[in-house]
Amino acid sequence: MMTDTILQPEGHTVPAVFTRAQLDWLPWLEPMPEAALTPEHVKALVDPARVKSAYFRLLVRDPAALEARTRTDKDIFYNTEAGLPRAERELAAAAASRLNGCIYCASVHARFATTYSKREADVDRLLAEGVGAELGERWNAIVAAAVALTETPMHFGAEHVQRLRAAGLDDLAISDLIHAASFFNWANRLMLSLGEPAA
Amino acid sequence: MDLIDQLVGVAPGSALDAIRARRAVARAQSVESYRVLFTPAAPGEVSIAERFAVGAYVAGLHGPSPTAEHYMAELQAQAPALADAVAQAIAATAGTGPYGSFPAGPLSAEDAPGAEAALSPALAEALGPRLTAALAHAHFLLFHPRDAAPERFAPLLAAGWSTTGIVTLSQIVSFLAYQIRVVAGLRVLAGNLAEGLA
Repeated sequence: MMTDTILQPEGHTVPAVFTRAQLDWLPWLEPMPEAALTPEHVKALVDPARVKSAYFRLLVRDPAALEARTRTDKDIFYNTEAGLPRAERELAAAAASRLNGCIYCASVHARFATTYSKREADVDRLLAEGVGAELGERWNAIVAAAVALTETPMHFGAEHVQRLRAAGLDDLAISDLIHAASFFNWANRLMLSLGEPAA
Repeated sequence: MDLIDQLVGVAPGSALDAIRARRAVARAQSVESYRVLFTPAAPGEVSIAERFAVGAYVAGLHGPSPTAEHYMAELQAQAPALADAVAQAIAATAGTGPYGSFPAGPLSAEDAPGAEAALSPALAEALGPRLTAALAHAHFLLFHPRDAAPERFAPLLAAGWSTTGIVTLSQIVSFLAYQIRVVAGLRVLAGNLAEGLA
């Protein structure tokens, strides 16, 4: 069957560094053609604009899984009623992506972290130097917690909670951080393994 | 009480229950993700036994935990003949991550080579070709996803996985990486809440 073949994208540059620049993403497996999307598929995309995205048209081959993934994602990052500020949820996402090695994911969430925090130099330092970059105690504590949750096996412990609390996070904010870092261990694996970034 | 609540030990009406209730959509959609990935009404190409075999393997690779026990118990219920082979695969391929190589360039200084899953011929025989390919792919996804390459799909396609099946498999492994971390993180938070007992 034509759809069960590996795609080999050509004629693009694969970025070799972490960046805040806008990147493209090219699939290694065949996305669903736009014309083949049923109303069930469009519902599963959640955002109608995602019919234009090769990434989401590939994931929509399992529509129920994509829809639940997307709705989980949106609440973890966009429900900013109290808890961890959006900028720091994005920082956790960028840190997990930096450690796992997802250049595409890191670019998106480094841009969001910068937009919401206005700390361009610190975000760039995280991208350039990695998760050991010096970002000030509150951000260092957030990155260290995201790292402890991202490594396998995880080594997130009471000391991380205490450091986060000392940095000013309440229990809801710590729960938000746990979810943001954990969610990027889901997102990074899909984005990294199903295609490649293009500059 | 959903599965994450059970594995964390969240009591109804507790402080952690209240915290989880503040993110009600994420909570409900995590339940929904588990339902559609592990107990779908129409499993299609990927059988329920295959889903729990991958689940038990990936959870086990994260180390002993209530989550790992849950998936192994489900596998034992679904396909007892596979449970022993999956347990042996966990023991044979456990490791630490993330490792792997970046695109050649300045990041190459951070490259950290590591092992590919190597399942013995006896284990491959016990698992069958589809699960042997699936567990090898799951091992890569869990421990060294930055070693991604299109060629990694070749063994799955050769073992009979379709593109749609590979999407489901990728979601199963990746969702587990999330769910296992949420449970582990919330268990730590539960024991260290500012506002008292969980």
